Amino acid sequence: MTGGLLQLNSVSKTFGDVVAVDRISFTLAEGEFLSLLGPSGSGKTTTLQMIAGLAHPTSGEILLAGRPIGPLPPYKRDIGMVFQNYALFPHMTVGRNVAFPLEMRDMSRPEISRRVAAILKLVDLPGFEDRYPRQLSGGQQQRVALARAIVFEPKLLLVDEPLGALDKRLREQMQLEIKHLHQRLGVSIIYVTHDQDEALVMSDRIGVFNQGRLVQIGTVEQLYEQPMTRFVAEFVGESNMVRGAVREAANGCYTLETDDGPLRGCAKQAFKIGSAALISVRPERLRLELAAVPDRDRDCIRGHICEVIYMGRLRKYVIETAGGHKLIVARQASGVEAKSFTVGDTVMATFAPDDAVVLQDTH
Amino acid sequence: MTGLNSERLWRLLCSALCLGIIVFLISPMVIVVIVSFSSAPFLTFPPPGLSLQWYRKLFGASVWLDAIATSAMIMLPSALIATTAGTAAAVGLARGRIPGAGLIASLIMAPMVAPVIITAAAMLGVFRVWRLQGTLLGLVLAHATLAIPYVVFTVLAAMRLVDDHLESAALTLGATRWRAFWRVTFPLILPAVLSGMLLAMVISFDELVVSIFLSSPAVRPVTVQMWSDVRGDVDPTIAAIGALLLAFSVSALLLETVLNRQRVRPFAAQADGTVTQGAAP
Repeated sequence: MTGGLLQLNSVSKTFGDVVAVDRISFTLAEGEFLSLLGPSGSGKTTTLQMIAGLAHPTSGEILLAGRPIGPLPPYKRDIGMVFQNYALFPHMTVGRNVAFPLEMRDMSRPEISRRVAAILKLVDLPGFEDRYPRQLSGGQQQRVALARAIVFEPKLLLVDEPLGALDKRLREQMQLEIKHLHQRLGVSIIYVTHDQDEALVMSDRIGVFNQGRLVQIGTVEQLYEQPMTRFVAEFVGESNMVRGAVREAANGCYTLETDDGPLRGCAKQAFKIGSAALISVRPERLRLELAAVPDRDRDCIRGHICEVIYMGRLRKYVIETAGGHKLIVARQASGVEAKSFTVGDTVMATFAPDDAVVLQDTH
Repeated sequence: MTGLNSERLWRLLCSALCLGIIVFLISPMVIVVIVSFSSAPFLTFPPPGLSLQWYRKLFGASVWLDAIATSAMIMLPSALIATTAGTAAAVGLARGRIPGAGLIASLIMAPMVAPVIITAAAMLGVFRVWRLQGTLLGLVLAHATLAIPYVVFTVLAAMRLVDDHLESAALTLGATRWRAFWRVTFPLILPAVLSGMLLAMVISFDELVVSIFLSSPAVRPVTVQMWSDVRGDVDPTIAAIGALLLAFSVSALLLETVLNRQRVRPFAAQADGTVTQGAAP
């Protein structure tokens, strides 16, 4: 399949007047791990449901292995799905739960029990066949849900974000487990989450959702280095934003007139001279100096330190600039670079224009 | 101190009142049961002695046996119809996105709210036209109609407890809607369905008003037979049949309570995540 395993073409879903999903398009490669990241209510779960066939697009088309699956009911799609609350059948044992998709496919008894045993071993729950879901811990329940969703060897696995009920340690363990399953089985995964760390750890690519739109999709690095909008810059990692008007443009580099003087940054998208824009710099890309160092390759912002937060590996400085903005600067707390500043110091925060991104001043 | 005392007094009063109400409600039934074992040839309380003569007479009289048989022949099919239709309606109301679901629900519930005498008169009018008056089929349909709201009510409550993600999960796992219902939803609501069926049986077996309107000498359920008997010469046979009816209703309702307990337990256990009863290997 050269066209990718799954393709969404301008898929929309409206509930009455509410647009839940707004013209979403993306392609998922075979074996890829894609995370859909966004705040709750941003349309990611609805998108997942449309792929599974549990909701129907108001418009647009979904292709699975090159074929449109619009008319296919969920039970003919062969797509595994792990639900937010796991949706284990409470009246069936773990063994019966996991056997369910195989029974629906009319597999023979011995084949079913062989596969159930194998998959339970894979998710590290061997011999749990006769327990009931209510006798398991949250993490175990999730592994059963996972086993049930992959036991029939679907090409595509959808995972709706597990409820926050799992504690952090368990979540991280689950993340690794899913990641390992992904590597071992070669199944494509679409993973819905609102937790950026989770998305960063697990994904080949991330699609960022906001208000029903797929704002940007790309590798973790692309999203971090080249965010297209303010929302992406703020949702994926931390970022400093300074508002200004575009004054000069040359080869994808722009100079913005801001409250803190002219600042330079780069952009993949085009901006008109005079239009409003934001310049975004990551906290760790800013350097601090006590006095201005004349350097044509670095722009600087003058300000004074109003807070120092020691975080072990890093020290974070909150700086109020002359133009009234708040900047966060993250510096190594020890090592060669470790200079320390104290509250009240007047400093120059400098950055290379290559490390700054010019963004639309919208979401 | 006085607060505590007046509170205790209030509680005492409440208990006394409740006890009074219970005695008031239960004692006639107890008296009926006692009288049914009377050795006297007429209705009198307390009975001078005990005997089984009225039960013997009851099971010897074809009128009563026929009436009981008729009641059973009405009860079983009507309970079956009410259970099937009521369950289907409840599932549809809980899951389907039916326009006007609220209106449909209140129409289904109507027989529960409308005065029985009105329902009875209305049915008589319609069944006359349909030539169902005085037939077994007519009584079966009438009783089913009366019982459906109780089934819908019971099953709907159970459906609300069943997470609809379970059905969605079954669909993504390869089950058709039909198989998802029978394998996942139905087992989970089964105790409620059985409760509904028992309620339907009790309602049919005890029903008098509609039965009076719709019965005929050929098709006369036991309640109607009792009614006409009470107005004529009364002997303790009526108490014996009453005791039997009571025994049936009480055991059906007890069974229903047991089923209800079972229905609630698995969900309760899951809600707080504790491991309950049963069998870790």
